[in-house]
Amino acid sequence: MSKKVINTKINGTNYTAEVEPRMLLIHFIRDVAGLTGSHIGCETSICGACTAIVDGMAVKTCAMLAIQADGAEINTIEGLAENGDLHPIQEGFWECHGLQCGFCTPGMIMAASQLLERNPNPTESEIRHGLEGNLCRCTGYQHIVNAVQYAAQKMQS
Amino acid sequence: MATLAGPSRLIGAPIKRREDPRLIQGLSHYVDDLKLVNTLHCAFLRSDYAHAEIENIDTEAAKRLSGVVTVITGEDIREKVSSVPCAAEIEGLKIPNHPALAVGRVRFVGEPVAAVVATDPYIARDALDLIEIEYRELPVVVDMDKAIEPDSPVIFEEFGDNIAFTMPLDAGDVDKAFAEADHVISHRLVNQRLIPIAMEPRGVLAEYLRGEGTLTVWSSTQIPHHLKTFLSLLVDFPEHRIRVIAPEVGGAFGSKLNVYAEEAVVAYLAIQLGKPVKWIEKRGENFTSTIHGRDQINYVEIAVNNDGTITGLRAKLLANMGAYYQLLTPIIPVLTYLMIPGAYKIPNIKLELIGVLTNKMATDAYRGAGRPEATYIIERMVDLAAQKLGMDPKDIRFKNFPQPDEFPFEIPTGIIYDSGNYQETFNKALGIINYDDLRDQQSARRKRGKYVGIGICTYAEISGFGPSIGVAGGGWESSTVRIERTGKVTVLTGVSPHGQGQETSFAQIMADELGVDIDDIAVIHGDTGRQPQGIGTFGSRATPVGGTAMLIAGRQVKDKMAKLTAHLLEANPDDLVFENGKIFVQGSPAQAVEFATVAAAAHNAVNLPPDIEPGLEATHFFEPEKFTNPFGAHIAIVEVDPDTGEIDIQRYVAVDDIGHIINPLLVTGQVHGGIAQGLGQALYEGAVYDENGQLLTGSLMDYAVPKATQVPSVENDYTVTPSPANPMGVKGVGETGTIASTACIVNAVVDALSPLGVKDIEMPLTPNRVWQVIEDAKKGVSE
Ligand code: FES
Ligand code: FES
Repeated sequence: MSKKVINTKINGTNYTAEVEPRMLLIHFIRDVAGLTGSHIGCETSICGACTAIVDGMAVKTCAMLAIQADGAEINTIEGLAENGDLHPIQEGFWECHGLQCGFCTPGMIMAASQLLERNPNPTESEIRHGLEGNLCRCTGYQHIVNAVQYAAQKMQS
Repeated sequence: MATLAGPSRLIGAPIKRREDPRLIQGLSHYVDDLKLVNTLHCAFLRSDYAHAEIENIDTEAAKRLSGVVTVITGEDIREKVSSVPCAAEIEGLKIPNHPALAVGRVRFVGEPVAAVVATDPYIARDALDLIEIEYRELPVVVDMDKAIEPDSPVIFEEFGDNIAFTMPLDAGDVDKAFAEADHVISHRLVNQRLIPIAMEPRGVLAEYLRGEGTLTVWSSTQIPHHLKTFLSLLVDFPEHRIRVIAPEVGGAFGSKLNVYAEEAVVAYLAIQLGKPVKWIEKRGENFTSTIHGRDQINYVEIAVNNDGTITGLRAKLLANMGAYYQLLTPIIPVLTYLMIPGAYKIPNIKLELIGVLTNKMATDAYRGAGRPEATYIIERMVDLAAQKLGMDPKDIRFKNFPQPDEFPFEIPTGIIYDSGNYQETFNKALGIINYDDLRDQQSARRKRGKYVGIGICTYAEISGFGPSIGVAGGGWESSTVRIERTGKVTVLTGVSPHGQGQETSFAQIMADELGVDIDDIAVIHGDTGRQPQGIGTFGSRATPVGGTAMLIAGRQVKDKMAKLTAHLLEANPDDLVFENGKIFVQGSPAQAVEFATVAAAAHNAVNLPPDIEPGLEATHFFEPEKFTNPFGAHIAIVEVDPDTGEIDIQRYVAVDDIGHIINPLLVTGQVHGGIAQGLGQALYEGAVYDENGQLLTGSLMDYAVPKATQVPSVENDYTVTPSPANPMGVKGVGETGTIASTACIVNAVVDALSPLGVKDIEMPLTPNRVWQVIEDAKKGVSE
């Protein structure tokens, strides 16, 4: 398989690498860029653990090839806090005990960031629907809902 | 004994978790996040057949693929890697050899047959496609009822049949109870097979350093210390040169309370190749080849009198082992057997538990492990009895609870419940949900054609595992508390949390005990190189057993510090108070000495009293004398849509009693997660194998892990009945929710459909199944 050179910008840093065309974007993020905050829970675009923001859209990065992200701007969990200050969603997850093992958390937080961008004041049911593509086996979701509500409030004030 | 440690400042407070900053920023390290130079990548080829002879394996093409380092099969390692361990000790148990890679025969779909090591994980997967295996198919055994018939094909010829063991119990006079009872209620209850689905799949990274002669293994495990011991036996490597590290672990729920073939093979390969070897489980492998849970068929009868008194219980329990055993496989249904009377006084019990071998993945501990099954059995039977007697399901429960002054309360299976007040907890739940009005509202809504149901589950659990006599491999826990020279506190614990949050709750306990700031305490776990001994996290044991080990070790260090401080202050050690990072004589805080100053003095060692050694460190092994017995009452209100079979959970109230609570935030999180998993069993989940032993639910597309929209918000509350089993009076909370919610939800749905004459529905209660039950019932009614 002939390799292809791709360029991406992840959390503001440029990554250029020669990759196999079949390489999944999540493997590029984790193994080439070395950003292991985005996780792999299924590689079949169901669990949402690999969710990152690609060109402004929350994307399951196991459902994309790295070469499809050539030229893309990507934001992952590692880029969310600014100058050491947690993003309000991160804060919400911490305050409301929105995580246990933490494996789903980065994807969950990235999905929540898109949810709040589109709907800054969601109802409980809108939060639950907005996060339907992200599985959490630990929390039963209730504290995750609280976390997103906390963030929504904080981001509005 | 039941007192809290020290002047309580942090115990009981909803402290935010100290684990979280790394987890919410993507800065933590699960096994797959660890990178060692020159790491090789392993992949496993697994059986596509449930039962077959392996006639030939051709690995030549795979070996020739560029980037492939080696390919091994069962024949290559049969003398080098010993049988995957099972720690169960049951009289008459037939224990099959369980090769890490199949030898000669495969016995379930997903059984590892060959392993490839390559320079890149993609190449390792490519190589799997190049391995040719010729199989000769054998008759498959999937159905438990058929597996125990004399003419069934057998999975292990040397055993003659598929019965792994049988365990009888005959307590009281069961025949008399049944002969004299006003009613006998018989039912077949199925507890379907579940798949744990921790969001982080399993993973192993092993590194052998030839010069040092050391083997380090990072594994996504709940039991690093047991894994160290078993690996030494599996690959014949000296235990004192092995270090096992459980780094961040992304959930487990019992599925990583095990020693797996892949752990042994990866360690073996790392030793052989002299390079780090890593294997990360694919989700598909997680479905077929990580342990499953539940899978029991229970034939149950209860004897009940007109006033609701349950006088006897008879049951035949069939428990599906799968093809081979994992660490605790045969023990799990024994917990069902032991806990079958639940929260009730049932004096006469007769049981027969039969472990059955089938061509499926092994079952083992999945959250609740045997106790959700027991709770399901008794809670469904109690509701069936109430329905038969026309009694309120609330009243039949009160009728059969032991009284608070009867504790410690021994049930006929020999378990002694440590403490309880079932009436108080149940009353609290009934009050929160406003039960008295609820039944009236239900009748009113029924008149309007609504299918509204109220489900109750009042459960009693066994946890805090436990006295070593009741836990394979030992039930103690070990902890070391060390005061560093600068006064910082290092707590090392043998428990191995993977989401439960003991870095926070244990620090709360220790901060109160030593009177220091929580930020000055580090709780270290999951590393046999740092905490020499331990057992691990499972069976709701971390706080009752591991927390107690830590508390006692902390008290030992504190005593030593008090002696040294008394020497420095010329005071009596018994008069000293530890508070706010200072130590002083009671009533004289002005003459305090800094905690850190005493720590330094202990290490500088120039002015020590004669009987005191330098340093401040203590290790304690805590052996619990008894189990703990959490209990509680969960009540749900559901409405069933008769046109679609869909179930709407309108309220869910959980009142649990887990003794004293260290951190209510974390406790509530545990209950929520547990309820979601139990509800998953009730409504959505079920592992389905077809008649050929193929797993039909082998992906997240086919196996329904509950989503955010499918789980209700829970109203939580607690009562506090301290456990006498440990000085903190804690019982453990990891499994309560799962144990209670399955039966609670099913009882609610059956109650909703009871006007149609529905008595039971087999789980999971999918819309399709519920709709069918409604349609059948309507036909039955109109006929
Ligand atoms: S790993 Fe991408 S959705 Fe599961
Ligand atoms: S916190 Fe463990 S999967 Fe969500």
